[in-house]
Amino acid sequence: MSYLLKRIAFYLFTAWAAITINFFIPRVIPGDPVQALITRSRGQMTSEAVQSLYVLFGLDKDASLVEQYVDYLGQLLRGDLGLSFAHFPSPVTQVLGDGLPWTLGLVGITTVLGFLIGTALGTGIGWRRGSWADALIPVTTFVSSIPYFWLGLIAIALLTGPDSFFPASGAYDNGLVPNPDLEFIGSVVRHGILPAFTILISSMAGWILSMRNMMVTVASEDYVTVAHAKGLSDRRVMVSYAARNALLPNVSGFALSLGFIVGGTLLVEIVFSYPGLGLQLYQAVGAKDYPLMQGIFLIITLSVLLANFLADVAYLALDPRTRREG
Amino acid sequence: MTVVPTTGTATPVAAPVKRRRLRFVANPKATTGLVILGFFALIAVVGPWIAPYDPSGRSSDLLQGPSAAHWFGTTHLGQDIFSQVVVGTRSVIVVGFVAGIVATILSILVGVTSGYLAGAGSEVLSALSNVFLVLPALPLMIIITSTLPETGTLTIALVIGLTSWAWGARVLRAQTLSLRGRDYVEAARATGEKTWRIILFEILPNLTAVIASGFVGTVIFAVTLEITLAFIGIGAGSDWNWGTVLYWAQSQQALAQGAWWWFVPAGLAIALLGTALSLVNFGIDEFVSPRLRGGGKSNVKTADGHTVRMRVGFTPVLATKTRSEGRETP
Repeated sequence: MSYLLKRIAFYLFTAWAAITINFFIPRVIPGDPVQALITRSRGQMTSEAVQSLYVLFGLDKDASLVEQYVDYLGQLLRGDLGLSFAHFPSPVTQVLGDGLPWTLGLVGITTVLGFLIGTALGTGIGWRRGSWADALIPVTTFVSSIPYFWLGLIAIALLTGPDSFFPASGAYDNGLVPNPDLEFIGSVVRHGILPAFTILISSMAGWILSMRNMMVTVASEDYVTVAHAKGLSDRRVMVSYAARNALLPNVSGFALSLGFIVGGTLLVEIVFSYPGLGLQLYQAVGAKDYPLMQGIFLIITLSVLLANFLADVAYLALDPRTRREG
Repeated sequence: MTVVPTTGTATPVAAPVKRRRLRFVANPKATTGLVILGFFALIAVVGPWIAPYDPSGRSSDLLQGPSAAHWFGTTHLGQDIFSQVVVGTRSVIVVGFVAGIVATILSILVGVTSGYLAGAGSEVLSALSNVFLVLPALPLMIIITSTLPETGTLTIALVIGLTSWAWGARVLRAQTLSLRGRDYVEAARATGEKTWRIILFEILPNLTAVIASGFVGTVIFAVTLEITLAFIGIGAGSDWNWGTVLYWAQSQQALAQGAWWWFVPAGLAIALLGTALSLVNFGIDEFVSPRLRGGGKSNVKTADGHTVRMRVGFTPVLATKTRSEGRETP
């Protein structure tokens, strides 16, 4: 259990670091973002609203830095991330609430599927080294070098059109109201297929390569030779002996590269105008909506930390050694 | 372009250095990668001189497909896309290599120090690199760069370099941890060598391959990140790079207008550069760990006409007396 406790302590520390980065960054922004917003709203804001924005944004000069920090942490605990500039006067949390389910659904499912399929393919290719399967390696290298968003652009150019089955943008048909009925779900699935395949194809390539290399390394270990000598079937040796051990570095690699993959998938959302956090981040950058940017950074970081923790639990289940070192 | 010499000196043995260096270049993957990389580096240097048009200069050829005058077609303002891609190469290469060098130096400092020195300081450094590793890079870069007053090529390169050293540091730390217990390091310590001397002359030379592969990996990462940032409109400034080309293609609805030539060349250039760097990295991996090399011809015909595949970890049976069903009976 001490392994898990250590990991939890680490994640708490990382979450604190992310929050602190979030606290300091608006304080180095040159100029006065609130003033810019006031100018843009053309005098339609009350003086109270202006004052509350100054406090939320850390531009309240009367308080010391420590006081500001304590206030900021208190606000976070209350779930108050400030007001979004672009979606004024909606609070950031409400904007995030609209985007998060879409991102979790699309990115969550495809990332895990990409890992599983990629690892399975890598197992097979690594096991059959020196056969035709090796020809897949250059292809996967090339695919893994393509940025996610560019693959999305190509998919849109080739597969969508006025009379195509695949829609080029959005998460569901404009005319529909989000209801848990068959028509709506069908529409969501239809809109999700292309972005999902884009993410799957680009994220799978990396897992294939790393799993292939681990399989090749593991295949010459003594225990694999012994398993063969015992007369076990080829398939059994591959799955229960070689792959089981080759999987471990891949699982920890999965945890570590999650942050990177999530970044790439946010771009896919932008290309497909998928109404998740990625698209919101893109719009926030365009509108210089700092509170929303920071809210998105925070929520993505926390989700990645949570996913990392789940990967740790999986590692714990896969590797008995972590359990023994109590 | 420092890849060849660094990996060449990966061997601690003095005598056969020349032969081994040739062996790295003889690796077809590494050679292919280096040739493509050299091509891009050349374009990066001479790009602005050989570009046929001013990349920002407008003309009356609006949104035209590839032709003899405009190899990659033109934009909505009549700008020549070929010139944009050629001129933009410099920014991409500069960001890749500056960020790679900064991150590599940081990762050596943090990784080797925390690997060699035991105790609390080592744990702190290790935790620090883990924190940087877990924080999602793209959103972090976005909130950092969006607050910077001026985001030119070099600023972007430095920010990427300063935030992406963690992976290399982690790998170097693990490798250093395993090296510091080796006999020859113990011997050096026993003879009273100073710590900095042990690190510089006993440990570092044996880390060269890991450092080189970390450097190449960081260059890939930095190039992708710069292009991604430019694509969403950060750091575009006045410098052209491949991401800026894609940014304009996206914001001008190139897809809806069927202007495929606007985004295909830049994307292919990214993929080609990424592939070249990956190939160099595979070359380094295979140089260090011969097991990873491709099997080559591995099928062997036996006397009774069966085909047996030779594999690591298997003892193939070439002749069976009773029944010939056992393909890979141990």
